[in-house]
Amino acid sequence: MADIVLDKVSKSFPDGTVAVQDVDLEIADGEFVILVGPSGCGKSTTLNMIAGLEDISSGELRIGGQRVNDKAPRDRDIAMVFQSYALYPNMTVRENMAFPLRLAKLDKATIDQKVDEAAKVLELTSLLDRKPANLSGGQRQRVAMGRAIVRQPKAFLMDEPLSNLDAKLRVQMRTVVSRLQKKLGTTTVYVTHDQTEAMTLGDRVVIMRGGAIQQVGPPQELYDHPRNLFVAGFIGSPSMNFLHAAVEDGKLRTALGDVPIGDRIRRELEGADAPRELILGIRPEHFEDAELIDDEARARGMEFTAPADIVESMGSDKYVYFTVEGQRASAAELEELAADAGADFSGGGGNLVTRLSAESPVQEGEDRRVWFNLEKIHLFDPSNGRNLTLHEGRSAGTLGD
Amino acid sequence: MADTTTRAKLRWGLIDVIVVVFALVPVLWIASLSFKTPATLTDGKFWPREWTLDNYRSIFDTDQFVRALVNSIGIALIATLIAVVLGAMAAYAISRLDFPGKRLLVGVSLLIAMFPQVSLVSPLFEIERQLGLFDTWPGLILPYITFALPLAIYTLSAFFKQIPWDLEKAAKMDGATQAQAFRRVIAPLAAPGLFTTAILVFIFCWNDFLFAITLTSTERARTVPVALSFFTGESQFEDPTGAICAAAVVITIPIILFVLFFQRRIVSGLTSGAVKG
Repeated sequence: MADIVLDKVSKSFPDGTVAVQDVDLEIADGEFVILVGPSGCGKSTTLNMIAGLEDISSGELRIGGQRVNDKAPRDRDIAMVFQSYALYPNMTVRENMAFPLRLAKLDKATIDQKVDEAAKVLELTSLLDRKPANLSGGQRQRVAMGRAIVRQPKAFLMDEPLSNLDAKLRVQMRTVVSRLQKKLGTTTVYVTHDQTEAMTLGDRVVIMRGGAIQQVGPPQELYDHPRNLFVAGFIGSPSMNFLHAAVEDGKLRTALGDVPIGDRIRRELEGADAPRELILGIRPEHFEDAELIDDEARARGMEFTAPADIVESMGSDKYVYFTVEGQRASAAELEELAADAGADFSGGGGNLVTRLSAESPVQEGEDRRVWFNLEKIHLFDPSNGRNLTLHEGRSAGTLGD
Repeated sequence: MADTTTRAKLRWGLIDVIVVVFALVPVLWIASLSFKTPATLTDGKFWPREWTLDNYRSIFDTDQFVRALVNSIGIALIATLIAVVLGAMAAYAISRLDFPGKRLLVGVSLLIAMFPQVSLVSPLFEIERQLGLFDTWPGLILPYITFALPLAIYTLSAFFKQIPWDLEKAAKMDGATQAQAFRRVIAPLAAPGLFTTAILVFIFCWNDFLFAITLTSTERARTVPVALSFFTGESQFEDPTGAICAAAVVITIPIILFVLFFQRRIVSGLTSGAVKG
């Protein structure tokens, strides 16, 4: 049991590339922290530095208050679960799990007892005498977890432990991991590229991009109050809609009509170097079929009409894709997110994803009047991605003052 | 469709038989000669008309052959052991670490492998005479190691590269030192590679004639391939062919045993299950 502190930790390689830059992070004792970001964002390098598998170029890493920069992995007393599981194929499940204990020179009776305990927790008791080759993917994954928990380390490090499992098993193992961590109360750092895993598992989520931390916070806070364009686009599924917005006459000219802005935003936009072009971000669930809106809600938002291209009924609600005219929102962050998703990112002037109530009678191909909530929209500066609607860490839409 | 596969099988089977016959006929011929009496030696028949074990008796009667056999086994085993251990360490470093001069090391070892050995014989002879290594076991073991090492390094680094690196990281996280990770996790997985390399190196040492004949002069270190060439009949008119053939058969036996013994360890798929399927 220990806290982990990263104090301006950086990693640069001999060829000059900087993988991780000045990462400051305090992970409390027993906390479950998720490092998430697109591939190449430095999350795995950060984890490997905590593990001791990669050297730290500069900065300080403290585990349990002790500086461990120069300590070998085996002296840090932390366990790691690898994406590939990395089970020893020449050993049985029992031997695999006993390996760290045998290296720690515990006596045989203690080893057997600890392995049996861990096996019971992970329901591996009947598999103890098998070799990894005779196990299914999910079983191998559990053995890898077993090998980590068996010696009660100060912290667990997990490097995308579920990404090799099929979708159904992944959801199942997610709850196993979550329950196990709560039961053991061991500090855990978990790396993933899957934002759903990040949202569902962690106490706190660390979003990384290009080797730097973008935002740290509880999942809901990241979702509601993203600090910048990247976080806004990364968190959420389906992801936030981004539209081009031009500042004209104290209003925002967008594909959805003229969006009014409140005093605080207006003051920000009055500065000499203030951007004239902005990016408007709206999450899919902040749209609603205008027919289903009561008058009180109607006053808090505005409406537009657009043709519905595709209607996907999810049972609990409907995903409706609209086409809107107008300029495409463009920023470096959006392109990066699009590249990571491997798809065309829904910037403005294209698709709009909305999540409407299941009661909405919307039909594919018809023009539909849609309402959206002005209190929940975000405005981003395209040059640096900063969220302009954020005030004292809270987001209050464009009308806030 | 089925017709073409049967025909393909037949064609391949035929080619296989030709290759095997081509390779084995000389060996069988030697074996056949070794069982013939001096009188029927040159009768040109594949099967001996009169079977005899005299040839085998005669080679073991003389101290010359037994002594050479002991030299051969001793020298080849020691050279193999050292070459495989050193080769494993070098190959491990080459496949796992990035260190300055790595390409140079690989290049130099390749150079050694390609260097014509015959051009080294005279200098080696001089060097060994000066150092007092001439006609001793170390005098042969050292050059054997030198020429076996590139072979060992190349074969072993290919094997090490197949082992997932995550296993080593996992071992380190589990509390192993670098040495423990190698000994308890990597080496057992590289075992098939180690055995394959051991066989290749052993055969190389066992079969060598060039170094053995130039760097030895007496029975102290003379190995079997050389001893064979010194075989004479009981009188100068007697033909030693039968005895040479018998000795040739005898010295192939250790190789066959060695290969059969280690072949059982060369099981494929030893690393399966380590990482995702």
